[in-house]
Order: sequence, then C-alpha cells, then structure tokens
Amino acid sequence: MDNDTIDQIIDRHEGRAGSLIHVLMEIQSKNHWIPREALAKVSQKLGVPFTRVMQIATFYKTFSLTPQGHHEVHVCTGTSCHIRGSQRVLDKIQSLLGIRAGETDSNSKFSLAKGNCLGCCTLGPEIVVDGRHYARMTPEKAEEVLKKYN
Amino acid sequence: MPRINSAAELETLRKDILSRRDPGKPAIAICAGTGCLGLGNDKVISAFQEEIKKRSLEAQIEIRATGCHGFCEKGPNVILYPEEICYLQVTPEDVPEIVSETLLGKKVIDRLIYTDPMTGEKAAHQSEIPFYRNQMRNLISNNTRIDPSSIEDYLAGGGYSALSKALFEMGPKQVLEEIKKANLRGRGGGGFPAGLKWETARNAPGEEKYVIVNAHEGEPGAFMDRALFTGNPHCVLEGLIIGAHAIGSHQGFIYTRHDTPQLKANIDTALAKTREYGFLGKNILGSGFDFDVEVHFDVGIFVSGESSALMRSIEGKNPEPRPKYIRTSVSGIWDKPSNLNNVETWANVPQIISKGAAWYTGIGTERSKGTKLLSLSGNICHTGVVEVPFGTTLREIVYGIGGGIPNGKKLKAVHFGGPMGGSVPESLLDTPLDFDAMSKLGAPIGAGGMLVLDEDTNMVELTRFYLDFLTNESCGKCVPCREGIRQMLKILTKMCEGKGKEGDIELLEEIAEVAGAASLCSLGKTASDPLKGTLRYFREEYEASIKGK
Repeated sequence: MDNDTIDQIIDRHEGRAGSLIHVLMEIQSKNHWIPREALAKVSQKLGVPFTRVMQIATFYKTFSLTPQGHHEVHVCTGTSCHIRGSQRVLDKIQSLLGIRAGETDSNSKFSLAKGNCLGCCTLGPEIVVDGRHYARMTPEKAEEVLKKYN
Repeated sequence: MPRINSAAELETLRKDILSRRDPGKPAIAICAGTGCLGLGNDKVISAFQEEIKKRSLEAQIEIRATGCHGFCEKGPNVILYPEEICYLQVTPEDVPEIVSETLLGKKVIDRLIYTDPMTGEKAAHQSEIPFYRNQMRNLISNNTRIDPSSIEDYLAGGGYSALSKALFEMGPKQVLEEIKKANLRGRGGGGFPAGLKWETARNAPGEEKYVIVNAHEGEPGAFMDRALFTGNPHCVLEGLIIGAHAIGSHQGFIYTRHDTPQLKANIDTALAKTREYGFLGKNILGSGFDFDVEVHFDVGIFVSGESSALMRSIEGKNPEPRPKYIRTSVSGIWDKPSNLNNVETWANVPQIISKGAAWYTGIGTERSKGTKLLSLSGNICHTGVVEVPFGTTLREIVYGIGGGIPNGKKLKAVHFGGPMGGSVPESLLDTPLDFDAMSKLGAPIGAGGMLVLDEDTNMVELTRFYLDFLTNESCGKCVPCREGIRQMLKILTKMCEGKGKEGDIELLEEIAEVAGAASLCSLGKTASDPLKGTLRYFREEYEASIKGK
C-alpha cells in the first residue's frame, strides 16, 4: 500500500484522539502491517503522544509492526479445535512452511498465526487462509489447501 | 423510505409490507453463518443465484442468505419455504436438481433430508429433525426467516412493535418493572439480574449515561452470540433502544469483533437502516427520545470482553480492568454510568416487552427464566447453535439434541464457560440447565459455550490448555493473575510431560486459592476454575500423572 492511502485514513480521523484504535485497525486491515512512520503520523495527526500509540499498537495482538507475508495463514487453536486435533494440523503447517506461529517466511510468501477462536467450533479443526475458512482439517487436508496458495 | 414519525405510521408501514408479500411464495433460505463458511456455503449461494437467473425465476422465487440456522454439523443448510423443507450438506452440484425437483416439481429429494443414524428414519421438515424438534427456539428461529440486511423482513415479523409499545404505551419506569418482573438474568456469564443493573444505572447521578452491547464473545468455544447478532441484528438493536429509553441513555455502544466480516457488515447495514427509518437518531418514532449508537471493535485480546476493560477500550485505551468495587453501572465509560449487557440479554428484551413478563416467567426454572442459547461443540454428533428453556437437563441436550457421542465413545464430561469455566462428570448429567444449579457444581453456564468431552480426553491436559490460553490473554496489570497463571501452567506442563512430583497438587491448590482471592478482575479470579473443577471431579487423573502413568 502506498503512503497516500495511509495518509487518507489518518486524515479522516484528524484531531480525534478517541479514534486511535479505529485508525490503527483500518491501516492494519488495508496494509496488513503498520510501519513505524505511520504510527508517528497517527500520533501527530490525532494529537496522541507517541508512547500511547505504541502502547496500544503493541498491546493488541491484531496489530503487526513488521511486514506480513503475501498469504496469511491462521490456525485456530480454540478449545474445540484443540480437542479435535488442531495441534497436529499446526505442526504439519509449521513443518511445511518452515516457520513457527507468529513468523513470516524468508521470501515473504506466508505468515503463520495461531490461536484466537473464530467461532467455527462446530467444524474444527479449522484454518483460515487470506480470510477464507477451511473446515474439518487434518494434516493431509491442510497440505492440500496450502498447495493452492503456492 | 421516509422516516417513521409515530406508532400509527409504523403499523401502516407494516401493513403495507405484509400486503406486498405472499406467504405462499417459494423462498430459499441458505445459511451464510460462520460455521457454514468453512464448508463453502458461498458457492451454494451463488449456485442458487445463477440457477434462478438462468431459469428467469427471479420474480417467482426469493433467495435469502441468512444467519446461522443452527445445525452446523450438517451444513451448508438450506431451507425451502413455504413447506420448510430442510436440506442438509448441500453442494453446488445439488442446486439445479433442488430447483427443478423441489421448488418447481414440489418433490422432496430423499438424499438431502435428515436421516436418523440410529433408526434410519427420515425427516424432511425442519420441525421434525430431532436436533431442532427438542429445542425451544424463541430467539434464534427467526434467523431462517430473515435476510439480515433487510429491515423489512424484521418489520414483517412484528419488529420494532415492542419499541413502539415501550415508547408510547409503557414509559421507562414500567419497562424497567417488566424486565425486573421477568427476572431476566444477564447471559454474558454472571447471570446478574438485568433489571437491577438497569435500575442502578438509571438512578445513578449524572445526566449522561451509556448503554453497551457486549458482542465481544472472545471465549473459545462460544459462537451463539455471533450467530444471533449476525443473523438478526435488529432484534438486538431493538432491545438496546428499549433499554436505553428505560435507563435514560442517549448514547449506545456496540463492542464487537473485528475478525468476523459478515457480522461487521450486518451491524453496519442494520444501523444505517434504523437511522433511515427513524428508530435511531433524534426524536425516535416521534416520541421525543434521542438515541444513537457507535460501533467499536476488539482488536484481538480476550480480556477486553471483561466489562470494565471493554469500557477502557471504547475510550481508546488499553483494556485493563478496574477493581470490581467500582461499579460500571455507576462509573463506567469516561466515569459515567454505563449499563453493559451481552447480545443475548438485549435480544431477550423485545419479546419480554411484547409478550409480557408473565409469559416469560412461564419458561424456565424457578430462578432462571426464559431460554438459553448454547454453542454445542466438541466430541458430539450434532454440533451447532442450540436454544433450550432453562431446566432442560444436560442429558437431554447431549443425547436428545446433540445426538450423543460419535465413534461409539463414552461421554466423560461436559465443560461449560470456556477457559474460566468448569466441567461436570457424566454422573451429574441429569442436572438441569440453571444458573444456580450449575454454579453449585463448579461449572457455571458462563456465556453458553458447551463443550462435550469423550472418554479419551485427558482432563489434566485440557486444564493445561486453558491456562496456556489465559497466560497469553492476561493483561498483566496485577501480579496474582499474571504470575499465578504462569506458575500453575508450569506445574501442569510438567505433569503432562510425566514429570509431576509429590506436592504438585497441593501447590496448585494453594496458587489457585491466592490467584482467585487476590486478582483484580474476573479473568484472574476465575482462571483457576477449570483446575478446581477438574481437581474436584477428576483428581485421580492428576494423581496418576504424578505417579507417571
């Protein structure tokens, strides 16, 4: 994403300190990560001290302060998925991608995240790739799914 | 559509909507709920759209992408009106046949209807399927009849008549009395009487007051609020507006998840429509009452569902909870009186106002009234969103609705309330679903996440799993929670690795007691509840893991 788009998001909330979380959320969802310069600009335009911006940006797990891979893979490890074997699915994906949850691979192709129940507990284990849900996963099925994104 | 300015105009509009509708018109209701997402329901929806277009049937047949139907296990779910034929596990390939055979030919397709796995008996209609038949779906049943993006669908079913009644016939005090009489208890976890909470906020000093819908639902294993709010957003909004009027609030907040795009979109559409029609904004329905709603999002941390933490988040701060002695209904958002209830609690309000407290108290047990939404998941044949009257036994839910345990396994326990809840063993399965009865057993209903566990479940490992979740979700503000959870997790991890030693159980009990007593908010206070519960009913498993079995 170019800086203009980030600027536009920030400008829309100019002077509204209460919109801090909203602004960061918009940048995160459009850009998939929040560069430090954007945080500085948010601080300046919204009139919020930079320390407070950093406090919020580092506290909430959704905000990423490093670039993300081209595809975002999320493995649900909520309780229901857990008791139905999500750990095996996660292990398989970790070994396939060569990264651990929370990391991005060296050619910025995949980012892997785990946790955060997405409410599809009825059909677990579940993985989500770029917003698309895949239900009733097994390590084998997960491998098939990832092939589509290779 | 011009805005509605009086109760009479609302009824005229409703009559007009109904006169334009033919109840016998065929309609296809396809589940667009979260569960069916993972099963490719979007492809089924577009297949129907294409097929209807190809045959030029747009005028004769209505297609509705609806909220969750409930029977997620057998999704994607499709219901065909007016006959209410229920097709399960529908694929895009089935679509042409459904249109030609059932919609046009009025013939039921045998392979798509429910077959009882035990008896082989078939059930073509929704009301005949045991999963649905054994429920009381007062709140969730409208999901299949409503397109969540259509306020007209909601109005056609009597929507906003409760609001009109509250504004013009009852007034704030009477509404409050009705909610108190109905003994509506908060569905978010505590089971605190909503009427009393409303009254505290109403009587709290200060002109400015807030009302909040807690739609955070961060508890793993809970998905019923999402199903209800996504599928029928106006029902929640109507309850909220009625509550705001009773409390004397002019500003509301919805606090919800950012990671459920459909929910977000449906809330936005519903808010835009309610403003357009005059159910929100200045001078609602010409009553002189002003009220509007802002939407805020959780951005990925569990503790922000805790009421005082949620309020900090709305203020744009870190979601760090406050001590409980500061009551949010007196001093909440920006230290103003703030009344928070969860999605399901608000959704109960319109029906109480419409049908009366006497009707409502006729459902349920002595101290838990009405119905309860449950998220049924885990080792159970029929997973899904379930609604039952309080007083239904756990056995009825597991076997009558849930269809029992798959793969011929035995039931070991039922776990309520997620990471801060508790489990009850199989021997207590005849306990009725009731706030107080379940609390007494150490497994409070919580928000309604009901996880069924089969005989293969290792209870020590499950407890370790919950603490692992909570150690990442604790906000870290107070030591007993932050360190207590970490230390308990360390011991349990060792136990699970077979490295438990004598004295571990006693140490766990001691830490649990201190963390429970000294933590600031309910996250820390109840973090050890799964541990206490499993020690109570499954102590032998802990002992076994020390002996290195």
